[in-house]
Amino acid sequence: MRAPLSWLAEHVDLPAGMTGRELGEVLIRAGLEVERVESVGAEITGPVVVGRILAFVDEPQSNGKTIRWVQVDVGAEHNQPHPDYPQGCRSVVCGAHNFSVGDLVVVSLPGAVLAGGFAISARKTYGHLSDGMICAEDELGIGTDHTGIIVLPSDEGLRPGDDPAGVLHLRDDVLDIDVSPDIGYCLSIRGLAREAGQNLGVGFHDVVERSTPPSKLDGYAVELADPACRLFVALSVTGVDPTRPTPRWMARRLVMAGMRSISLAVDITNYVMLETGQPLHAYDASLLRGPIVVRKARPGETMVTLDDVTRTLDPGDLLITDDSGPIGIAGVMGGASTEIRPTSTDILIEAANFEPNTISRAMRRHSLPSEASKRFHRGVDPNAAYSAAHLVAKLLVELAGGVLAEAETVAGAVPEMPLASIPVDLPSRILGVDVPPDRVVQILRESGCDLEVAPEPHSGQARLSLVPPTWRPDLVDPYDYVEEVGRKIGFDQIPSVVPTAPVGRGLTRAQRARRAVNAALVDAGLVEVLTFPFVSVEDLDRMRVAADDARRQLVRLANPLAETQPYLRSSMLPGLFAAVNRNNSRGNDDLALLETGLVFFAGSGQPAPLPAVTGRPSADELAAISAALPVQPRHLGIVLSGQWRPAGWDGPAEAAGWRQALALAEIAAAAVGVTLERRAVAMPPWHPGRCAELAVDGIVVGHAGELHPQVAADFGLPERTAAVELDLDALIRLAPDRGSIPVLSTQPVAKEDVALVVPDGVPVAEVRAALVAGAGPLLESVSLFDVYTGAKVPAGHRSLAFAMRFRAPDRTLTDAETAAARDAAVAAAAAGCGAVLRDF
Amino acid sequence: MTGPDQQADLSPASIDAIVAGALAAFADAASLADLKVARLAHAGDRSPVALANRAIGAIPGPERRDAGQRIGAARAAIAAALAEREAEIGSAELEARLVAERVDVTLPVALGPAGAPHPITALMDLMGDVFTAMGWEIAEGPEAEGEWLNFDALNFTPDHPARFTSDTLFVEPLDSHVVMRTHTSPVQIRSMLDRPLPIYVVCPGKTYRADEFDATHVPVFHQIEGLVVDEGISLAHLKGTLDHLARSMFGDDIETRMRPHYFPFTEPSAEVDLKCFVCHGASVGNPDAPCRTCKSQGWIEWGGCGVVNPRVLAACGIDTDRYSGFAFGMGIERTLMFRNNAADMRDMVEGDVRFSRSLKGMAR
Repeated sequence: MRAPLSWLAEHVDLPAGMTGRELGEVLIRAGLEVERVESVGAEITGPVVVGRILAFVDEPQSNGKTIRWVQVDVGAEHNQPHPDYPQGCRSVVCGAHNFSVGDLVVVSLPGAVLAGGFAISARKTYGHLSDGMICAEDELGIGTDHTGIIVLPSDEGLRPGDDPAGVLHLRDDVLDIDVSPDIGYCLSIRGLAREAGQNLGVGFHDVVERSTPPSKLDGYAVELADPACRLFVALSVTGVDPTRPTPRWMARRLVMAGMRSISLAVDITNYVMLETGQPLHAYDASLLRGPIVVRKARPGETMVTLDDVTRTLDPGDLLITDDSGPIGIAGVMGGASTEIRPTSTDILIEAANFEPNTISRAMRRHSLPSEASKRFHRGVDPNAAYSAAHLVAKLLVELAGGVLAEAETVAGAVPEMPLASIPVDLPSRILGVDVPPDRVVQILRESGCDLEVAPEPHSGQARLSLVPPTWRPDLVDPYDYVEEVGRKIGFDQIPSVVPTAPVGRGLTRAQRARRAVNAALVDAGLVEVLTFPFVSVEDLDRMRVAADDARRQLVRLANPLAETQPYLRSSMLPGLFAAVNRNNSRGNDDLALLETGLVFFAGSGQPAPLPAVTGRPSADELAAISAALPVQPRHLGIVLSGQWRPAGWDGPAEAAGWRQALALAEIAAAAVGVTLERRAVAMPPWHPGRCAELAVDGIVVGHAGELHPQVAADFGLPERTAAVELDLDALIRLAPDRGSIPVLSTQPVAKEDVALVVPDGVPVAEVRAALVAGAGPLLESVSLFDVYTGAKVPAGHRSLAFAMRFRAPDRTLTDAETAAARDAAVAAAAAGCGAVLRDF
Repeated sequence: MTGPDQQADLSPASIDAIVAGALAAFADAASLADLKVARLAHAGDRSPVALANRAIGAIPGPERRDAGQRIGAARAAIAAALAEREAEIGSAELEARLVAERVDVTLPVALGPAGAPHPITALMDLMGDVFTAMGWEIAEGPEAEGEWLNFDALNFTPDHPARFTSDTLFVEPLDSHVVMRTHTSPVQIRSMLDRPLPIYVVCPGKTYRADEFDATHVPVFHQIEGLVVDEGISLAHLKGTLDHLARSMFGDDIETRMRPHYFPFTEPSAEVDLKCFVCHGASVGNPDAPCRTCKSQGWIEWGGCGVVNPRVLAACGIDTDRYSGFAFGMGIERTLMFRNNAADMRDMVEGDVRFSRSLKGMAR
């Protein structure tokens, strides 16, 4: 809503000299979102004055134009001496011809700056020194008209040299306000002036002066065939002169308010709508056929709206109809067949009130957020319709020479407002600041509430019985009145008090664990990124994911942001692959990316219920909601490409690959106290020979390794790109809770190295596990320190060298004890893995 | 050199000569290796002084004591000289080693690639920490959420524009009544359904809107919301909490303002503004010094807040006569823009490693 200060000032007794910005501050405190205050016309500076045409000569030019050489009286202060005119004058060249001697015009003199920074100076043109300029509307920024210069009215006492700003409505402050949905009444000069008056404590003059009379159908026949139309006022004005122009003040205000001036009759309805908040419609009465019926649309019905678009109507649409069919979508847009034409002389004024949701749905269905629907869907004061219709009629009579028919139609009635009751101390309790009962009563009365104070029968505590004014459909619940009081005292009056929470337990174990994993990986060199969690089926195809893989149980969005990626991700990897591509394209080659986030797998497919909101849903309803949701575990994805370590002064480059991927998976697991079990598996999108399945106590929690070369190629990733995907929730769920600290033996350690020759296919993990199992409790640790293949071992075999450490808790081990434990370990490896002890 | 079987000359002059010979040899040694040779020759088992010592036993009578004393003194002198020279050479060699082993400590020494948390994650954790320090807990919930939890329970009417497909992403089919949560408020509902009263929680997390993707809008973004439900809770408690959070995020001199607003789930509702940190309000009504950050308004909008609408409490089965609550929420991206001058929201979701690395450890 754009509200000119001068217009507001006609409805509220603003303090003298109050600027738009000052009023804006007051309204912001009252909860209105004043987005900006525009100083209209402020850019026009310097001498711009009223002038009287003394004489002119038409001078045809070689370019075909005829210019006027004009002598104009601009007042004693600005006139230059002239032999023909004792009072002096200025001589200017003018291209327009729409004026005569004696006319009053607007003259900008050298030194003036006009709209758009247009600076005026004396300049030589068409053989004359033009000592100023006679202005058109566009040059002053008050209109777009450049067909002629402005001729001022002669009957307003203007004299040469006067400032024309007032009569031109040149300067004004316009408050641009974003009105939130609960205060629809502020989509009007009336509502804003009321807010200003109440917050400033000054007088407010309501233009809605008439109370709505009981239903009468004396005027044009109107039938309300649907309850969504609560009230329909119809007034007839005949004999309107369609040639009358819109007065400058009205056109100027419409433009400042962000509307266009169209024709006098239409401008009047718009002007009254802006002033009262009541949308109005004017029909050419000669084009109406039979009685007006307000009803819902019939299936398949169509109509042509004012914008000349043929619209197919929905049975939910509320229509204004006559015998010819629909003539308007109620509260949204009028029809083309009955609209005002340049020749219209008899006008039927409609001022109606509609149920907000009906209008809001129609507005949405037809994508028609009009000035009318914008107001109706927030709620319009039903009591404003009658007064607003009469304001339109009065202006049509005064400005267009029409005659208002005495017989009028008022179909329907102003609905009753809901009664509320609140303890008088409720505002104090909820706002956290003491608002004395008298003040609460005063504020709510000033806001227009009908209010009674009554003591509560039991406590004696005073309660307020409240009926809100008709323009406040937002006042329903007790807390709505609390807010009203809060807005009026100002939120800046509320103290700042930190509430004391009960003792908390800090982060949950899972929250701590997630932070630990993230920190460990970041410290190990990974860069965390965030990507959009949307994928396509093609992503999964390119990942070579099998048809029966769980990752194919995708969740599709009904209205995806991009049709190319309509699914929620079931893997972290496609988003990370895209991040690698983007980084590569920006010259970032060596990448170690990490992202954690939810992945989504299709749920039951049953719709989620929408229980009533009057109380807590039943356990069954809540369970049904949960069951309908996709399964949403938190995953961790890692992608590595390029160099893990670039070549440097201290060593050669180390390419990122499967080894780092596995190590990083272990770092993630170690951060929550888990040692991962690894097993070679073939799992897309990984290289079938370079992929480890990662498990905790036999439960698979993820995979890591080098990507399948075809996958890397299909995603445009560098060769040997490696990746990890872990079910972080599962990993954390399986992590040990606390752990326990062993007693440290101070006995000496005994070390034994063994080299075992095993067939190629035997994994190190199995050999190691056999050694551990065979060695018994004296084994403290075992670690692989060499892998050898070559001439000294048989083909198809490799030699694995392990360093074993033995220690007893209570004694020094004898050589024989150590040897026996070692031999038992080797024997177990031989039995379990076909290992043969090799001599060094 | 004399053998043990020979009669040794244990005269004072002879002993002095032995000592002098040893001292000279030690002094001549230039390295610990030289000194080792000199030690074997002059203080070893077969050195003159050792032989002399062994010869003492053969000396008869009173002369034996004198010779013993002389030789003892001589051995002590030799040992002292050896130790002294050892120390001298040792420290000189250490000196030389320290000089020789000097390195350029300005060489690059990274052990591995430079990792970094995403600034959004780090800030979300930091904001969470402000509240856990106050005794609050961090609540979480799913991102694909029941429409009832995301809208109905929060007092959005069935026709509220936020429920249109133009604003909200719906899981297919449209009547699945599952949406991508448009705020973390459903976690507030879950908290009220699941947690014992009183409730003091914050809900950080990812949220979704069918929004534009430009410098100031991303369709997938992050929020942190707070919820308190307790006896005697008022708007003043909300103000105190927001002031504390603002100071924790932006420093003690930050100014906040609560401005009445409208949300379905709070009543009264407000928006919380921060005093513009760029112009500090100086641009207001001053066209000569416009401020791009606050568009010369002096304040910038940070988030929304209010007293929990009793209809919301009722939908969660909470006794509205006994309990009241407040809630607030703000964008993490917006907070990051204010706190760390991030200019373009697109950078936050495009995965460019330079963005994540820009704050280094400062993000934590």
